[in-house]
Amino acid sequence: MIRFRIVKRKPVPSWAKVVIPVAAIMVTLILSAIPILFAGGNLWKSYYYLFYGALGTRFNLLETFVKASPLLMTGLAVAFAFRAKFWNIGAEGQLLAGAMTATALGVSMGGVPKALVLPTIIVAGFLAGGIWASIPAILKTKLRVDDVVSTLLLNYVMIHLMGALLFGPLQQPESSWPRSSAIIEAACYPVLLVRSRFHMGILISLASVLAIWFINKKTTFGYQSKAVGVNIRAARFGGINTTAVILWTALISGGLAGLAGVGELCAIQYRLIMDISPGYGYSGIVIAMLGNLHPVGVFFSSLFFSVIIVGAQTMSRMTGVPTYIAEVIQGMALMVMLIFLLFTEFKIRLVRK
Amino acid sequence: MADSDHPVVRMSSITKRFLDVTANNGITFDLYPGEICALLGENGAGKTTLMNILFGYYACDEGQIFIKGKRVDLASPRDAISRGVGMIHQHFALVPSQTVLENIIVGTDSGKGIFLDLKSARKQLFELQKRFGLEVDPDARVWTLSVGEQQKVEILKALYRNVDILIMDEPTAVLAPAETKDLFATLRSLVAEGRSVVFISHKLNEVMDISDRVVVLRNGQVAAEINTAETNSRELANLMVGRDLLESIEKKKLNPGQPVLEVEDLYAINDKKLTALKNLNFSVRQKEILGMAGISGNGQTELSEILFGMRKPIRGKIKINGSLLKFGNPASAINLNMGRIPEDRIDTGLMMDLTVEENLILENHTSPQFQRCGLMNSRRIQQFSDDLISAYGIMTAGRNAVTKSLSGGNLQKVMLARELAGSPAAVVASQPTRGLDVGAMEYIHRRILQERERGAGILLISEDLDEILALSDRIVVMYEGRIMGETYVHEASREQIGLWMSGVDD
Repeated sequence: MIRFRIVKRKPVPSWAKVVIPVAAIMVTLILSAIPILFAGGNLWKSYYYLFYGALGTRFNLLETFVKASPLLMTGLAVAFAFRAKFWNIGAEGQLLAGAMTATALGVSMGGVPKALVLPTIIVAGFLAGGIWASIPAILKTKLRVDDVVSTLLLNYVMIHLMGALLFGPLQQPESSWPRSSAIIEAACYPVLLVRSRFHMGILISLASVLAIWFINKKTTFGYQSKAVGVNIRAARFGGINTTAVILWTALISGGLAGLAGVGELCAIQYRLIMDISPGYGYSGIVIAMLGNLHPVGVFFSSLFFSVIIVGAQTMSRMTGVPTYIAEVIQGMALMVMLIFLLFTEFKIRLVRK
Repeated sequence: MADSDHPVVRMSSITKRFLDVTANNGITFDLYPGEICALLGENGAGKTTLMNILFGYYACDEGQIFIKGKRVDLASPRDAISRGVGMIHQHFALVPSQTVLENIIVGTDSGKGIFLDLKSARKQLFELQKRFGLEVDPDARVWTLSVGEQQKVEILKALYRNVDILIMDEPTAVLAPAETKDLFATLRSLVAEGRSVVFISHKLNEVMDISDRVVVLRNGQVAAEINTAETNSRELANLMVGRDLLESIEKKKLNPGQPVLEVEDLYAINDKKLTALKNLNFSVRQKEILGMAGISGNGQTELSEILFGMRKPIRGKIKINGSLLKFGNPASAINLNMGRIPEDRIDTGLMMDLTVEENLILENHTSPQFQRCGLMNSRRIQQFSDDLISAYGIMTAGRNAVTKSLSGGNLQKVMLARELAGSPAAVVASQPTRGLDVGAMEYIHRRILQERERGAGILLISEDLDEILALSDRIVVMYEGRIMGETYVHEASREQIGLWMSGVDD
């Protein structure tokens, strides 16, 4: 009789950390053929338009970066928190906190010197997301409330808070829709390249990649946050103030998600609407996992997601495959990545009995 | 004694590999009726693997097993038991909430149809108990029993299944000296009836005491096979490690100085809210090793956690080098320059998924030497790590190797290197050599003695009485959260310490 047994394997070499996500993406793209064929699409035409739509023209390429920006921010937010084992599933709510704060300031800062408006909004949006994330962090450290549950549930609190504000104080006067007034011009992110939507928020996202890489790699705080994530008991034994580390980690993580919300508001929508985020906060979880919680990995995985989302629209127009395919591919990417990660730690052996 | 022509067990050219580690490499092992055969070797020598193969727990990759002259293929422990082979592991396989009798009959056919036949089982058990002096109340729930009693239940379980080849994996590791004596008496009465016992151990004195024959394993091979009467513990130690070992460590005579660790009036409770320490008072001076003996679970763990800052006592005072320790705050212990070796190096001491370097700098990474304004000085950190790795002879691929790739002895070296790097005034070492092989143990012992000579005051908490006797200047014995007795090592007698450990006062 032959049986399968799952056994632990030796630690994989470091190059595998790069090869594995790339391989996962390849496998995902190959597996995507199944739903594409199922939807009646021509396979080669579909793949062609998927990539052409995302990368083929100047406008499409820049649009891919526009779409990648919020994904990159929420991906970094989740990755930074997960690295310290603060299970922040709440990037969606923190993003909304950032967007709401940007709206409140963006519609009301008419009398303020122009040069102060955007810096104020950015700092406030960061803090709003950060403070919203520090609530579950305090509950976790002081009362041992499970952070997965509390961060997730706070998303719904924030969505309904936003709904209340959009039908209340933030609602555009004389409008019956749940939407705010447009923000003033000084509150808009400058567009950096003509004939595109390539805006300042994209640079902020790229700078955030560098900043998080720097914090992780070069600072005592990055070291402490990693130590807390790896073994909180040993970190405490070694004299690290684990409560403070978790709080600061939450603040930075939530802040990054808050900036994603600021970007969507000040560069894309210019006013708050209920659909400000199509679930960027949740996509951030998948992107963080696919990027192996490393800032550079998160950069590439957010680009991959953005390519799929932007390309799927062209593909849909040209081949009739619905744009929902983008979400199917995203879901598959996560599954494939998780299975791949499983096999970096374990392997299957045949046992003959 | 032994019917040397007809071994009851013959394991021939057994090879067993795990991944790329060869645990057993062509081992041939015979066991004769009516003998106690000790299987001696360092950790990782392959003793337990070999016996797990005989117990049907692992399948061997190569080799053959004969039991009572017949070639057998053991697919499971059940197979092995049906052929008369029983094994008692270090961790007992008992159901704590069930009674002794229930534990003993579980999995046997002692019943009529679907009904249990407790009456005849009880009778049978009673006979076994009488015959071998294994006194345990059959109706006691297992969780209420001491470790020694639980071991008796395990032995009864094996005997009830008509086991005549009994394998015991380090049976004395968890026992008090008096309990060990009882166990040995039981084992002797078993072999007197023609049964055979395999006694896995790395305690030389016990092996000399109980066995008829010794098989020494080293690196998965048989290093020697020798009749106990024809050898001595010194020779066995050499065979076991393959080189000469200092049996008694040389210890310089030193005059102790100022007290560096003072514990006053300490009271604490454990996780179950039961009293763990009551009115504990002691002090350790410079250039002195205070050995704290005692069976595990008598408050030593709680005491070390309080000293490390990982647990708060109810009341009491602790002074390190004259300054008060802030309770529940590990940073306070670090700042007062205490070297801390925790008993669970994997859960508390080290971060197994980080690199060796990241573990070495844990307590130092915020010192001005290694960072400025939160920016780490990687050049100095690398220098510091490389220096410690070479000073302590840590066998690793380098400072960037992941810590879990290190062996147990090297993990403990990382631990020592980190904790002793700051020349601590006081050192608290809790079970510093538990689970280590003889070579690593010897290194740790020498290192502890060096700290003593340097001028540190050392509290050595250990369950290993040999270790306590070899290293300490003074010995205290813990029993139920208090000090049962105190003695200087040159006035100490094993018997007295053993009595104190079992709670017997004079």
